[in-house]
Amino acid sequence: MNRPIRVLVAKPGLDGHDRGAKVVARAMRDAGMEVIYTGLRQTPEQIAEAAIQEDVDCVAMSILSGAHNYLFPKVVQLLKEKGGEDILVIGGGVIPEEDIPGLKEAGIAEIFTPGTPTSVTIEFIKNNIKRN
Amino acid sequence: MDIRAGIAAGNKRAAARLITMIENGEPEAVEIIKENYDKIGTARIIGVTGPPGAGKSTVTDKLAKLLRKQGKKVAIIAVDPTSPFSGGAILGDRIRMSDLNTDEGVFIRSMGTRGALGGLSKSVNGAIKVMDILGCDYIFVETVGVGQSEIDIVKVADTVLMVMVPGLGDDIQAIKAGIMEIGDVFAVNKSDREGAEKTATEIELMLDLNGNTEYRPPVKNIIAKDNKGIEELWEAIEKHHEYMISSGNFNKRRQKAIETEILEIFKQNLLDKIERLEKKGEYLSDLTKKVFNKQIDPYTAAQELSSILSKEGGI
Amino acid sequence: MYNKEKLEALKAERQKWEETEIAKVLTKKPERKEKFLSTSGYEVKRLYTPEDIEDLDYSRDLSFPGEYPFTRGVQPTMYRGKLWTMRQYAGFATAEESNKRYKYLLEQGQTGLSVAFDLPTQIGYDSDHPLAEGEVGKVGVAIDSLKDMEILFDGIPLDKVSTSMTINAPAAVLLAMYIAVAEKQGVSSDKLSGTIQNDILKEYIARGTYIFPIEPSMRLITNIFEYCAKYVPKWNTISISGYHIREAGSTAVQEVAFTLADGIAYVEAAIKAGLDVDEFAPRLSFFFNAHNDLLEEVAKFRAARRLWAKIMKERFNAKDPRSMMLRFHTQTGGSTLTAQQPDNNIVRVAIQTLAAVLGGTQSLHTNSRDEALALPTEDSVRIALRTQQIVAYESGVADTIDPLAGSYYVESLTNEIEKRAAEYIAKIDEMGGAPKAIERGYIQQEIQDSAYKYQQEVERGERIVVGMNKFQIKESAPKGLLKVDPAVGELQKQKLKALKAERDNIKVQESLEALRKAAEGDDNLMPYILTAVKQYATLGEICGVLREVFGEYQQSVIL
Repeated sequence: MNRPIRVLVAKPGLDGHDRGAKVVARAMRDAGMEVIYTGLRQTPEQIAEAAIQEDVDCVAMSILSGAHNYLFPKVVQLLKEKGGEDILVIGGGVIPEEDIPGLKEAGIAEIFTPGTPTSVTIEFIKNNIKRN
Repeated sequence: MDIRAGIAAGNKRAAARLITMIENGEPEAVEIIKENYDKIGTARIIGVTGPPGAGKSTVTDKLAKLLRKQGKKVAIIAVDPTSPFSGGAILGDRIRMSDLNTDEGVFIRSMGTRGALGGLSKSVNGAIKVMDILGCDYIFVETVGVGQSEIDIVKVADTVLMVMVPGLGDDIQAIKAGIMEIGDVFAVNKSDREGAEKTATEIELMLDLNGNTEYRPPVKNIIAKDNKGIEELWEAIEKHHEYMISSGNFNKRRQKAIETEILEIFKQNLLDKIERLEKKGEYLSDLTKKVFNKQIDPYTAAQELSSILSKEGGI
Repeated sequence: MYNKEKLEALKAERQKWEETEIAKVLTKKPERKEKFLSTSGYEVKRLYTPEDIEDLDYSRDLSFPGEYPFTRGVQPTMYRGKLWTMRQYAGFATAEESNKRYKYLLEQGQTGLSVAFDLPTQIGYDSDHPLAEGEVGKVGVAIDSLKDMEILFDGIPLDKVSTSMTINAPAAVLLAMYIAVAEKQGVSSDKLSGTIQNDILKEYIARGTYIFPIEPSMRLITNIFEYCAKYVPKWNTISISGYHIREAGSTAVQEVAFTLADGIAYVEAAIKAGLDVDEFAPRLSFFFNAHNDLLEEVAKFRAARRLWAKIMKERFNAKDPRSMMLRFHTQTGGSTLTAQQPDNNIVRVAIQTLAAVLGGTQSLHTNSRDEALALPTEDSVRIALRTQQIVAYESGVADTIDPLAGSYYVESLTNEIEKRAAEYIAKIDEMGGAPKAIERGYIQQEIQDSAYKYQQEVERGERIVVGMNKFQIKESAPKGLLKVDPAVGELQKQKLKALKAERDNIKVQESLEALRKAAEGDDNLMPYILTAVKQYATLGEICGVLREVFGEYQQSVIL
C-alpha cells in the first residue's frame, strides 16, 4: 500500500492541553501520514463530521480533563450513525486504567496513556486500520 | 460501501470516499466520474491563494458563511504542502473553519500536495468534479501561492482571489513573479495592521503595469477575522464573474482549463502506462546505462521508450 | 570579581590539568557522553571555575537580598523571616466538596488556599451549556454564580486567608464574586489578599482556556489593575505564568523569555491605558515551573529576577523598588511526572521543591505522585505537602539566603539564561511585542519545536526518564484513584434552574444590559460586573454578553 494513511487528530471537549496531540501529529507526519488537525474545543459532532468528509482511516483523540468517558464513546457512536464504522478510533491522555475496558467496549480500539512513545501509537495505527 | 448508490443519493461519506479513490489513482473512480459527467458544470469554482499566513482559510471561511446565508451549498478544497522528507503532511486549515464543520450544506476536504508528477492537479480536478456532482453551488480551492503546481491548480478556477497581507516585506516581490498575474480579485487582509496602505498601493502599481484595459482587478481591504469587508469582497468576485460572462471569457477560460486537463490526463495516462510496464525497471536502467555510456542520447532513449510502449503498453 | 593576574595563572593551570590529567583519564575511559547538553540547548562543561564568571560584579549583578537587581531574593531576610507559603492547588467537583477540602488543608497547616476551577467555568460557560457536557466538575470546582462561591468559602474568613484563583479569561467575574462573598461576610475589599492568574497571553500560547480576542482581553486585564489599585490594594492582580509554557514543552530559557515578554505586554497595555507604572507594577506577580535539572532551575529563577528588575527599571522607568521585584509562585513540573512507577514522582517532586526553594520562591505547590494518572487522592496530597515541610524544617536550605550564589556553575548559568532570554525578548520586540508574536504563532512554534525535540530524544533513549524509558518494571494498574462523580453535572444544572427561578430576573437583565453598554464603550467594566454578580447573574450570562460584544479568539495554529 503506497497511499498515505490519513488520520484526524482531534481535541474533544474544553481542555486546552494540546502538547501531546501536537507532538503525536508531528510524529505521524514524519512517519508519512496525512494528519488533519482540528484544533481545540471540538464537539463530538464536529469531530465525526470532519472524519467523514476527510475520509480518514483513523481518528486519534486526546483528553486530559477527565471527560473521556463521555466524549470518546460519543464520537464512536456518531461515526457509526454517519456510516463511518470502519474508521479506527483511538484515544490518549490522562485516562485511569479502570476506565479503559469500558472505553474499549464502547468501540475505542486502544487507549494510550502518558509515557507511550509516539512510535507505539503509529505502529498501532499502521497495523489496525481497517482498509488498505 | 456502494459508492455509486451513495453518490446518487448525495451522500457525503460516499463522495469523500470517491475523492480518496481519485487521490490514490484507483481506476474505478474514473469510471464513476464518467458515469456522472452529465451532472458536472454547474458549480462555480473560486481559487483562493496567497502567501503563507495571509489568512486564506479565514477569508474562505467567512465567504462560505456569507454564501450559506444565501442558502448556497459550498465546498472547500484546502491544499497544504506535503513534507518532501517523509511524504506526510499536517493539514490544518479546518481549524479556522470549525463551525462550518457541522453545517449540512458545507463539505470541506483537506489535501496534501503529495508531490507526485501531475498528481495534485488530477486530485484537485477530481475532487472538484465530485463536489460538483454532489450539487455544490460554489467550490473554493485554497492553496498556498508558492509553487508552480499550486499555481496551476488555481488556474482551474473561474475567479482567482489573491489574499495578501501587510508586512510581508520582500516576500511580496517573490510572490509577484509568476503568480500575481493570475489574480482576478485582490484582498489585503489584516488591513488594520501597519503597512496595509503600502501593500495595496504596491498591488495597484503592479496592476498598472499589467495594463489590461478591459478588466482591472479590484483591490479590497478586509479584516477577515472580524468579518470586515467580506461582503464587499464577495461583490467584487461577483462583478468579476459578470465581466467574465459578458465578455465571453468565462467560456474561454473553462475551455482552456478543459484543454489543459485533457493534456494532463493524457500525460498522466502515459506515465501510468510506463509505471505499469512489467519490465519497467529493466528498460529504464538499460536505457539509462546506454545514455550514460554515450551509446545513445536521451532523445533517442525516449523514442525507444515510446516504441516499447506502443508494443507492450497498448498505445 | 577576580584579580586579572590570578585569572591568567588559573587559566594556565586549568589548561595544564586538561592536557595532562584529563587527557590521560579520557584515553583510558571516555566520559559517559561526548557532549552534555542542557534542555535549553547550551553545553554543560566538565568544570566551572572563576574564569566562567570573570566579569561578575557582585554589587551590580548580585547585590543583597531585597535590593536591586534582586538576584539573591526579593526580601531582606527571605526564609529566615518567614517560610514560603505552602499552597496546594485544589478544587473538586462541587463547591460543597471543595469547601470541605479547603478546611481540611487549613487544619493540616496549609497557609493559603488555591482554587482550581472546572473547564466550563474557566471558559465562561455555565454547567448547563452543551459544550460543558462531560466536563462539569472534572478538573476543579464548578462555579456558575455567586451562590456557588458563597458555598465554596462558607466558614472560611476571607480576611484571614489568602486565596489564589487559577482563573484567566473570566478572572474579572470570579474576582467580583470573591469581593461579593467577602462583603457578605462583612469583610471590606481592601482587606482581601490573594491572586488571580488573569494571564490571558499564556492561554493563547499554551493553556488554551481563552475566550475573547487579544485586545478586549487586555482591556479586561487593565480594568482589573485599575480597579484593584483603588479598591483591592492587597490583591495580586495577575500571575504572569511561565508554568504552562514549560508544561507545553518549552525549555527553561524559553520559560523565562516568553513569560517576561508577556509581562512586558501587560505593563505596556496598562501604561497605554493611562496607569502609572508604580501604581500597578508592585502587584504583578509571576508563576514558574520547577523541573528536575536542579541547578539550571535555580539559575533560571535568579536570572528571571535580575532580568525583570532591569526591564522595569531601564525600560519602564519604574521608581518604586517593589515594581522591580519579581515575586513568584512555583509549581513543580506536572509534565515531569510519570504514570509508570508513580511513587518515583515523590522523589522528583522533592528535587523540584529544592529547586524552587533554593531559587527563592514566595509560594509553592508540590504536585502529588498520582497526577499523571488522575486527580490526586488525599494521601498523595499530604505527602506532597510533607515534602515541602521536610525541605523547610529538616534540610537546612532555608536557613541562609540564596545559598548557591557564588557557585561558578550557578552564576555562569544564571548569566547564560539571562542572556539567552534577553535575546528572545529582543526578537519578540522586533515583531511588535508578545501579542503580535502570538498572533503570528511564533511563540507557539518555538515551544512546539522544543516539545517535539524533547519527545524524540526520549524515544531515542538519549534522555532517560527513570521508570519510563529505562528501569521499567511490570506493574499492575494503580488502585484507589479519585474519581469525580458524574452526577455533578446534573446537580449543577438543577442548582442553576433553581437559581434562575428565585432571583430577580428583571434586575439581572438590567445589570447585563448595563454591562453590554459599558463593554461597547470604554468604561472600566469591573463595577458593572460586580453589580451583575450581586444580582446573581451567572458566569455564563456575563461572559455571554461579553462574547457578543467582543467576539471570540480564533486559535492560530502552526505545526
